[in-house]
Amino acid sequence: MHKARHSPLNSIAAHGALILWTVIALFPVVVILINSFKTRQAIFREPLALPTGESFSMIGYQTVMKQGDFFLYFQNSMIVTVVSLFLILLFGAMAAFALSEYRFKGNTLMGLYLALGIMIPIRIGTVAILQMMVATGLVNTLTALILVYTAQGLPLAVFILSEFMRQVSDDLKNAGRIDGMSEYAIFFKLVLPLVRPAMATVAVFNMIPIWNDLWFPLILAPSEATKTLTLGSQVFIGQFVTDWNAVLSALSLAILPVLVLYVIFSRQLIRGITSGAVK
Amino acid sequence: MAQRSRLHIAVFLAPAVLVYTAVMIWPLFNTLRLSLYTGGESGPVFSGLSNFHTLFGDPRWSASFWNALGNNFWFFFIHMVVQNPIGVALAAILSHPRLRFAALYRSAFFIPTILSFVIVGFAWKLILSPIWGIAPSMLDAAGLKSLFAPWLGKEEYALTTLALISVWQFVGIPMMLIYAALLSIPEEVLEAGEIDGLTGWAAFWKIKLPLILPSIGIISILTFVGNFNAFDLIYAAQGALAGPNFSTDILGTFLYRTFFGFQLQLGDPYMGSAIATAMFLIILTGVCIYLFLIQTRMRRYQF
Repeated sequence: MHKARHSPLNSIAAHGALILWTVIALFPVVVILINSFKTRQAIFREPLALPTGESFSMIGYQTVMKQGDFFLYFQNSMIVTVVSLFLILLFGAMAAFALSEYRFKGNTLMGLYLALGIMIPIRIGTVAILQMMVATGLVNTLTALILVYTAQGLPLAVFILSEFMRQVSDDLKNAGRIDGMSEYAIFFKLVLPLVRPAMATVAVFNMIPIWNDLWFPLILAPSEATKTLTLGSQVFIGQFVTDWNAVLSALSLAILPVLVLYVIFSRQLIRGITSGAVK
Repeated sequence: MAQRSRLHIAVFLAPAVLVYTAVMIWPLFNTLRLSLYTGGESGPVFSGLSNFHTLFGDPRWSASFWNALGNNFWFFFIHMVVQNPIGVALAAILSHPRLRFAALYRSAFFIPTILSFVIVGFAWKLILSPIWGIAPSMLDAAGLKSLFAPWLGKEEYALTTLALISVWQFVGIPMMLIYAALLSIPEEVLEAGEIDGLTGWAAFWKIKLPLILPSIGIISILTFVGNFNAFDLIYAAQGALAGPNFSTDILGTFLYRTFFGFQLQLGDPYMGSAIATAMFLIILTGVCIYLFLIQTRMRRYQF
């Protein structure tokens, strides 16, 4: 029955097309990584060759380590991403629980209000966000970035989490109520553990855009002490345009953390997208 | 239930609603409001639509605006005609039930998507650079050396090149969404088609494609919103001036230069707000067209 749809020739053509795109997708990343370990001459003479004993060099990484404060940038990115994700998940889950669990006046309206931000990008309000951060003295603090990313992530988080919370059985929650659990205990002890997979999906969706954002770090927190890794590498590379070793090493250092995160979370991410969480 | 206090509902809702309102909705409306003011000596002065008069009436401003808007539409157009077909094609191949290494391919295709614009912009800039010579020597190997040009440095190619780089980066997202849609088509539907003699290409065009149209609609609106507030890639690759000669200027970079200032030009938050308002209206129009004209007419199939 399957014969009509599968022939060996088709299968070879399919793999051919997939391998071609794999090469296209990975080529730039591989070129950057291998050349970051080469001497300047080797970078230009044979850009596509792997580093050999003769052409191997760490000079670029040494420059980066001396000049740029990459550990600080990395730490800033870590703090911003982790705290924002925590707040998105906590606040998002609480609001999703209120919307999916209780009937109250304005429930639908509140849901729509929170959903507005799914389609309208927060960047449109940048002018007023900057004024507000200046007025409250939050410019050049990581708090400003955390607030913005939390607000940006909440709409989709509430939307996805409330879909999942509707599926949690009422019997379970009512049993908790009969046992005298408070509504807070029901939320934290019964419901939250059950929606953990959905929370992981939300976290993975938000993690990459927050980590990679350039716009808000550039506008709200460009000071040396608060630069994120994305902004830091942008500025660093801009200053070292002619030092190819340093530029390639800085790019590799910026690729590395995301690649590690991806290897850890790729299954979660792909499952999240394919399970239709963004429909 | 009735005798229980209802305070907990407010407690559950408050943090999300407060942060969302204070940092997202309030600044959004405030930005729209600021577009009606100009800077005076003692603070902002209400000036009605004068910023919009300047934006559309002053030849210098309006030329920049229409240039950025036109470029933005071209940027979006390239995404639609390149990203979606490649995404659909890759997803269609990947969704073959007996394909081996499917998970491996999927993970590889998604790697560009997780990289930041800064990495992507610089990496491609280096690869396409005539100084390094990777692109020219590869074209040379294929006997096509005469085709090489410093694409990012030429006014007529730079924007299209950047759009294609952006497609390269984001093709993973449409691929995943369409892949999911294809997997959700039940086997019985395809078998029924086979009995009617629809296999291979015919099955794809007549059965699968109509069933994934809603996903293509979602991808299109996501791409539209993403493209019309894009900024990072252009800024990373070409700088705030969106060179050469503003040929890669889109609304995001235009907004950044206007409100934040660059080099000799001072930042003007009020003109910036006017541009942000224009962007808001464009995105809102796109979303409304999608919600009311496209989504309601698209039939959704329930299996």
